[in-house]
Amino acid sequence: MSCLKARELVVDIPGRASGAPLGFSVKPGQVWGVLGPNGAGKTTLLHTLAGLRPPRGGQVQLDGRTLAVQWRKQVSRRIGLVFQDRQDGFPATVLETALIGRHPWLSAWQMESSDDIALAEQALQALDVGHLRDRLVSTLSGGERQRVAIATLMTQNPDIWLLDEPTNHLDLHHQVAVMNLLTTRAGSGKAVFMCLHDLNLAARWCNHLLLLYPNGEACWGPAETMLVPSSLEQLYNQKLETVELDGAPFFVPARG
Amino acid sequence: MPGSSIVRPLAGLVLLSILVMMFAVTVGSAQSGMFKVLWVFSGGGTGLERTLILDLRLPRVLSAFAVGGLLSVAGALMQVLLRNPLADPYVLGLSGGAAVGALLAMLAGMGGFVVSGSAFAGALLATLLVFGLAHGSGSWTPSRLLLTGVVVAAGWGALITLILAMTPAARLPGMLYWLMGDLSHSGQPWPGLLVLLLACLLVLPLGRSLNVLARGSLQAAALGVAVRPLEWLVYLLASLLTATAVTMAGAVGFVGLVVPHMLRLVLGNDQRLILPACALAGGILLVLADTLGRTVIAPEQLPVGVITALLGVPTFLYLLYRSR
Repeated sequence: MSCLKARELVVDIPGRASGAPLGFSVKPGQVWGVLGPNGAGKTTLLHTLAGLRPPRGGQVQLDGRTLAVQWRKQVSRRIGLVFQDRQDGFPATVLETALIGRHPWLSAWQMESSDDIALAEQALQALDVGHLRDRLVSTLSGGERQRVAIATLMTQNPDIWLLDEPTNHLDLHHQVAVMNLLTTRAGSGKAVFMCLHDLNLAARWCNHLLLLYPNGEACWGPAETMLVPSSLEQLYNQKLETVELDGAPFFVPARG
Repeated sequence: MPGSSIVRPLAGLVLLSILVMMFAVTVGSAQSGMFKVLWVFSGGGTGLERTLILDLRLPRVLSAFAVGGLLSVAGALMQVLLRNPLADPYVLGLSGGAAVGALLAMLAGMGGFVVSGSAFAGALLATLLVFGLAHGSGSWTPSRLLLTGVVVAAGWGALITLILAMTPAARLPGMLYWLMGDLSHSGQPWPGLLVLLLACLLVLPLGRSLNVLARGSLQAAALGVAVRPLEWLVYLLASLLTATAVTMAGAVGFVGLVVPHMLRLVLGNDQRLILPACALAGGILLVLADTLGRTVIAPEQLPVGVITALLGVPTFLYLLYRSR
């Protein structure tokens, strides 16, 4: 099981001053939620952690070694990422799309084996899109595509799961199903790190939170210490009402 | 995708290629039956028959096959590179560079080898020009590459018009035939066939990486593909294939666009299957088109580019009309 570590990390967002450097570890079993307003740099942080963008300062370490010096193929067996936007210029079926998750695990001449196909089918079943396996991705709804993307990550089966707003486009039931799936996976040794817009999903399912402020400042820690109404109000520049539910705080935006 | 679902369509296409080439060799001003062709291949026949079949028809048929295959594979590669299913091998101005090279050689009164050589040089120049300009300050996105290519292609177009305007009328027909794409001066087919074979062997192990690249460069990088080197390789390879084809037959249009597109409709978009299938199906299409061009107003010959354009334009419009 791998551990992803940000050391003195400054994310490179063009045209913005470097804020305080980030220093945290994402360990097996943890479910991290990244909260912040639009443009705070959540996606850029995720891409930097995946090694897809160079940081402005500091480094990202995977199992104690700098990410930038490791082979991409080796990295992609341990870190996977669900993007916010996807390109489907070419026609591809749902099963083919999930199967590209096996790419890091196969050599150049290898074809996908029946094991790989079984893995992809299990992932599609787990995301409740198994019945769509032969449909073209371009004919699916936004929420179905989102679930296919998560199934692709599940087929890739890395140790560290980075997800950019995994509940985008999902209906209420599937939001809950996806969050349950992610926490179950974390329970079996994966590390989950995701950007979220829904404060309450984060409060209910994440055990660690990272708050990204638009000026580049950030704070992070166990969820229960981070869910302070005053700092959340400052984060979103929005008045919040807090109610107790099942012994946990529930946040509702105040009117006006 | 299991191996058999790749081998079966390819085996079918190989068989069809052989049949179509056999057929094309039999057709011409002097009809020679299938048995006579086989007889000549096995070493028999009169001297005249041997010259006709082995020295005249067979090289031309093989050249047509090579050009069609080269253009189709180049088209399929360009489409993945630009993440645009409607790109073709000429979209980045490669044929324009080749045409300017060839026409300048013709204007200077050269022929044969010099024309081919300057076409090849022109194509490579166009490749490097677009590559360098699109590279610019470092960012190298498909849309930037496409825009650079399209604008450079327009520049070549202007140069071609200028050369045509300066050319004495007697030399114009040769130039126009070259611009339309014509196989009657294609020379030896072997270099083209060799390039095609080598390219197919090179891209086969890259097939799955190209599948991933078609999903976008970030997604590909996240799945462990070395995106930048792969994109450069694909660009240079597609350019080399196109340059070889253009050198052999001039700017034959539409093959590189229509063949990959039609194959995708039938076979899906797995590059491990599509790329070799393009090599075969593109070859078949051009052999048929050239056979048609040789026979339809015999003894006169139509340039093969006219046939492919006449077939390609309606096919393409139909596909576009049908697509969502």
